[in-house]
Amino acid sequence: MVVFEKPHALADVPLHYCPGCTHGIIHRLVAEVIDELGIEGRTIGIAPVGCSVFAYNYFNCDMIEAAHGRAPAVATGVKRSDPDNNIVFTYQGDGDLAAIGTAETVHAAARGENITVIFVNNAIYGMTGGQMAPTTLPGQVTQTSPYGRDTSKVGFPVKVCEMLSNVDGAAYLERVAVNNVKNVKNAKKAIKKAFQNQLDGKGFSLIEVVSTCPTNWGLTPEKALEWLEENMLPYYPLGVYKDKFAEKEDK
Amino acid sequence: MTHQILLAGFGGQGILFSGKFLAYDGLIEDRQVSWLPSYGPEMRGGTCNCSVILSDTQIGSPIVSNPDILIAMNLPSLDKFENEAVAGAKIFVDSSLIDRKVAREDVEAYYIPATKMASDEGLSGLANMIMIGYMIRKAGVMPYENVEKVMAKVVPAKKQDKLALNIKAVELGYNFE
Amino acid sequence: MAEKVLMKGNEALAEAAIMAGCRHYFGYPITPQTEIAAYMAKRMPLIGGTFLQAESEIAAINMVYGAAAAGKRAMTSSSSPGIALKSEGISYLAGSDLPALIINVQRGGPGLGGIQPSQSDYFQATKSAGHGDFHLIVLAPASVQEMVDLTFKGFDLADKYRMPAMLLSDGTMGQMMEPVTLDMGKVTEYDKSSWAACGTKCEREHNVVNSLFIQPDELEKYNFERFERYAQIEANEVMYDEYRMDDAEICIVAYGVAARVSQNAIDKARENGIKVGMIRPITLWPFPKAVLNAAADKVKAFISVELSMGQMIEDIELAIRCKKPVLLCNRTGGMIPTTNDVLSKIEEANNIGGDK
Repeated sequence: MVVFEKPHALADVPLHYCPGCTHGIIHRLVAEVIDELGIEGRTIGIAPVGCSVFAYNYFNCDMIEAAHGRAPAVATGVKRSDPDNNIVFTYQGDGDLAAIGTAETVHAAARGENITVIFVNNAIYGMTGGQMAPTTLPGQVTQTSPYGRDTSKVGFPVKVCEMLSNVDGAAYLERVAVNNVKNVKNAKKAIKKAFQNQLDGKGFSLIEVVSTCPTNWGLTPEKALEWLEENMLPYYPLGVYKDKFAEKEDK
Repeated sequence: MTHQILLAGFGGQGILFSGKFLAYDGLIEDRQVSWLPSYGPEMRGGTCNCSVILSDTQIGSPIVSNPDILIAMNLPSLDKFENEAVAGAKIFVDSSLIDRKVAREDVEAYYIPATKMASDEGLSGLANMIMIGYMIRKAGVMPYENVEKVMAKVVPAKKQDKLALNIKAVELGYNFE
Repeated sequence: MAEKVLMKGNEALAEAAIMAGCRHYFGYPITPQTEIAAYMAKRMPLIGGTFLQAESEIAAINMVYGAAAAGKRAMTSSSSPGIALKSEGISYLAGSDLPALIINVQRGGPGLGGIQPSQSDYFQATKSAGHGDFHLIVLAPASVQEMVDLTFKGFDLADKYRMPAMLLSDGTMGQMMEPVTLDMGKVTEYDKSSWAACGTKCEREHNVVNSLFIQPDELEKYNFERFERYAQIEANEVMYDEYRMDDAEICIVAYGVAARVSQNAIDKARENGIKVGMIRPITLWPFPKAVLNAAADKVKAFISVELSMGQMIEDIELAIRCKKPVLLCNRTGGMIPTTNDVLSKIEEANNIGGDK
């Protein structure tokens, strides 16, 4: 009897992520959702530049590697090339989505582009070795904010879900975390809904996953989870920031 | 036979349209044709010009810098291009808008109060086509019997009500004097 | 044969793209190429295609990258400053071996420059359209008919060699009207199933469109392979036109509007008994090196006529191994050399060697 196996949409290869990194969980959740919706054969994933740059090796659906920050624009091109068939998701980190790719993110949302965006926010640039991200918390120490993020000099973190909740074209925005079993279950529910929305033609859905980076935070995986709960979650509260269609159904 | 035609005036006088009219005649007659407008901010009410070349041999530069036919519909255009015209050129002047004469003596100058004629005849905005009619008569360029056929091609489908008016304007210019 | 119609260069090329099977256009407004976007905005919805005005040039080229990665014929158009923004995406297209057509209706630069015709993006197009080791196929139309023919050809070459192609035009070509025939024959279909990311249908291994190769030996291998393809292109796809070269002692080299002006000057100079002709590159990359090098054994001098500060002249000198002097006849900033400008340069070239 099989009690546990990899989802079909997840490739059977070793991931390059650091011990305790939550990318692995998020990859698995996306793959499980693709399996459950039966859409692997028509799904095209867009990988970012950042820690998840190799995501194109980890999913069994067709994959495209995008330039830094441009994944929503690439996704737009793919989606528009066959809107009835293609299920398109981007998988992006905080530097990719909320710094260099802010324009692409905001405008894909504004267009109501019928795509699914998985946004992994761990408040730091992982791939390049731990520099300040657009989502780095005030006071947080990184390689390029060695005295802690000084908001009087470098400003404040960008709260993506809050920002996009004011964009009319966005259909569904939810912030989740994968720091415990309950949150992992919630995260999967949200990711599934974000893909289902695309199948239903509802438009732009973005799931922000508040994540850890034990290596660059300089913490053990366990301590990183504690740090996330104590520092990240108060600044980035979990919840649904927008659900265009739920609002309509309520009224 | 090659005609190097320069049409010049204000934006809004229909300079580009009248150039297009000549170009379409070239098309119908299976001649070599080029039509090149000035473009950019100057189109928004400033000076505007249009180079049209009709030829029986391959056209080189589409830019008419030394016209053998010049249609000037405002003073700045005459000032700017009179000296560029080749010797023996035919220069057509809208005398209701330009109160000076052509200064050069090695060119043929033709004067027609096109703008005034247009407003007198209820053809306001069609001084350009009156100029064209007059030019066809004096310079040849295209056979008069093509006018209706060419006009049908060049007036957009949405503006077919303007067709008869445009033809009337050409006719008026053609029969001037 | 299809009927001749009178069309603006920009609109004719847009229609040619549609006839070439392009159904995906992504762009951003900029003078003097906006007619292309306007034309596509009108036509694409009527034929089930995509017209999308992107938030930036960068987004537009990346949308092209997405549609091309999915196996579709896709294009974008812009003018000089906008092409600079696209250079990132162009490099990714090249690095991922994706076909696409990029139109540059050049205007004066650098910086915001001006909006009048220019050829000052020659280096950018032929040498450095983005970072990294790669080439673009660069096509240079000199008439509205060539705007049409080379658009059609550009899509075909891009598909054939799996690489981006650029139509390097200028404001004059874009804005002028000439009679054209929109009769380009059949579109060759290329099988893209081995690489396009358009869904596995769970029937094959996944396709990955990618330009990242962390192992240097692997990246080198892909670059070598790409340059083997480039060598084939240099051997097979060079296009040029000769004008009155039979007995020429002076050879003008010019493309686009500069070639059109040069033609007038050549005719005038011939009337004065000067034996001058022209080799007009139609492909700027691959550059017609062989024919120029052969001409160098017959003529006494070359003249590069450009709307730039001496860019193509470097390729001429390389092609002829500096065997003969190459004079420069140029204007810049949106100015176009006149027939007389070219004529005086022809006379100057004719005096070389003191035989006059």
